[in-house]
Amino acid sequence: MSRELLTGNAAAAWGARLADVDYVPAFPITPQTEIIETLARWYEGGEAPGRLVMLESEHSMVTAAAAAAATGVRVFSATSSQGLLYAMEMIYAVPGWRAPFVLVNVSRALATPITLEPDHSDVLAARDSGFLQIHCATCQEVLDSILIAYRLAEHARVRLPAIVNLDGFYLSFTREPVKIPAAAEARAFLPPFAPGEVEFRASKPVSRAVAALGSSPYSYFRYQTHLAALEALGAYEEVARDFERRFGRWHPAVECYRSEDAEVAFLMIGAFSTKARDAVDRLREKGVAAGLVRPRLLRPFPQAALRSALLGRRAVAVVDQNLSMGSGGVLAGELASALYGCRGAPMIARFVGGLGGRDITAEEFEAMATEARAAAETGEAPAPRLLYTAAELREVRKLQAIALAGPREAGGRS
Amino acid sequence: MFRVRFHGRGGQGAKTASQILSSALFLEGFEVQDAPRYGAERRGAAMFAYVRAARAPIQERGVIARPDLVVAIDDTLATMPAAAVLQGVAQDTVVLIQSAEPAEAWRPRLNAPCELLVLAPPPGAAAQAEAPFGGVRCAGAAARLLGVVGRASLERALEAELAGLGERLIEQNRVHALAGFDALAPHAGRVRGDAPRAAEAPPDWIAVPLDDAAIAAPDIHATGTSAASPTGLWRVLRPVIDYEHCKRCVWVCGTYCPDSAIRAGEDGRPNIDYDHCKGCMVCVTVCPPHAIHAVPEREAA
Repeated sequence: MSRELLTGNAAAAWGARLADVDYVPAFPITPQTEIIETLARWYEGGEAPGRLVMLESEHSMVTAAAAAAATGVRVFSATSSQGLLYAMEMIYAVPGWRAPFVLVNVSRALATPITLEPDHSDVLAARDSGFLQIHCATCQEVLDSILIAYRLAEHARVRLPAIVNLDGFYLSFTREPVKIPAAAEARAFLPPFAPGEVEFRASKPVSRAVAALGSSPYSYFRYQTHLAALEALGAYEEVARDFERRFGRWHPAVECYRSEDAEVAFLMIGAFSTKARDAVDRLREKGVAAGLVRPRLLRPFPQAALRSALLGRRAVAVVDQNLSMGSGGVLAGELASALYGCRGAPMIARFVGGLGGRDITAEEFEAMATEARAAAETGEAPAPRLLYTAAELREVRKLQAIALAGPREAGGRS
Repeated sequence: MFRVRFHGRGGQGAKTASQILSSALFLEGFEVQDAPRYGAERRGAAMFAYVRAARAPIQERGVIARPDLVVAIDDTLATMPAAAVLQGVAQDTVVLIQSAEPAEAWRPRLNAPCELLVLAPPPGAAAQAEAPFGGVRCAGAAARLLGVVGRASLERALEAELAGLGERLIEQNRVHALAGFDALAPHAGRVRGDAPRAAEAPPDWIAVPLDDAAIAAPDIHATGTSAASPTGLWRVLRPVIDYEHCKRCVWVCGTYCPDSAIRAGEDGRPNIDYDHCKGCMVCVTVCPPHAIHAVPEREAA
């Protein structure tokens, strides 16, 4: 097992390589493109076996991925942001095919306005699709999670596609030391896909994904997908334990950092959660019992693990790097529903931040902890807050002054 | 923790410099993180790349707001506000500028509250627009300033990061990286990386007001706003018209200019708008009497 400097994108490509994937339908989009470029280079140069085919859109790409997976081969694909949305019809359709494959999403904020830097609104748009979702905080987790995701997706009692998510820029273009497992060890953990009944041959025709116009078959099939996703909770534990046993890295469904005796906990997903770990350490030095609770597995939603991590804490500051228009942060709502009615549920302070790649500073983490603790003190939930400073609004006002001004002298036309 | 920011222009090797430094620190047993920020994503446009290195796993992410070391590979960026070279520079920061001018000349210009060092560019570099090898020289210099990277690790890192370029190019890069490394020997270990950080003020959060839909959509009503974006800053080569030989056929250079940055003056002579000329040199190529010359920006400025 060698330890090398890899970007999140390179780690994703290594994950696919070590998973011995057979087929990679692809379509480029920033900041994901390096993943498929790396795989294409390896396949072209004969460094790894596998076939990569450029499709004409992400919609076709996801269709091809699921169709190929339905024949019993191992499939990998990757996309981001608008690409994920373009594929959305098929993202919601293919989990019901019960054909497992892994799709990496490199999070990038959504239009409008169109932008390049990350937040999690893209991947959360796929939240209710039936895809399992694993969210990574480091480049190491990206590689490891892809191997774990295949085991989980292909699990005989699950058989659903899975998304492995990493933040654009903060992971995709950032190099960190990553342990690359030896191919033989990876294969021992993740043997070739044993599709069983999941196969498709010309000699054995099957009509798959047929229409169900009556509500009873419809409800039955939809609920089967839901039950399979729930089954992935237990399967995840089993797979992650096996991963830890073989590689020594424990990737729980919910990471708890110094949260056991915490008075106030941060709850967030993705790369910025390592900044929250830093904040926890600093707050502890100042005598504040802080902690971090980070769901890695977002679908299925690990309700029980979250309850066990958070019941008894006084306050939780939820940092949502996404925005559900007309509601607010998605995670805060999900967490509230998981904790509602439970004895010892903490006060929830809701924050939305990090939109479009906006940084969340060390001072802001401390200020969020302060607000959450104060709310627990008064027993009154604070109004949801956008992490946004006066200086940021001044910057926008300046840009608006330019955008709304009359014809300019330099180069302007009347 | 060491926090280092390399500033360069797209194409000058700032990202490669960050990767070589980070790789060398990794070889020395540090935990590291490196990442580029591509800016306008155009050759010649200001961009930067950063490196963090520490003995323990690194939890910080994103752009370095309070650097221990700032390296300007191209000195024309040092005074360019858009390049933000001095962003977050404090008393304990070291700023290194690759420049033919001495530190004494830069101190009053930058008026920065910190130590300022200069790395001389290779001989003859002033005549070359793109500062070849500037990135690796700065990687070597930065390694020496940190004082925790040995020559052997620097060389190994360079070989690993540049693998695929071929023996000859790697050797040339090695010479320059080691020249940078040696040039900063008198300042070895000057960057401490363990300076205590002053507490920052708590965030000045505000409630964003609901604005009228007419201004709350990202629409640009004003015309000609691109004029407010000084894309001329991306230029490393400047087209200069020799009016003695110019035939006033302004429809040629003016038509071919992809940025509409050449217009006829009242006297019929072509004028180049240097605020928006990106230095593509198309005009130099198409000028029938060969009256437009390409001059390195560093010389022309």
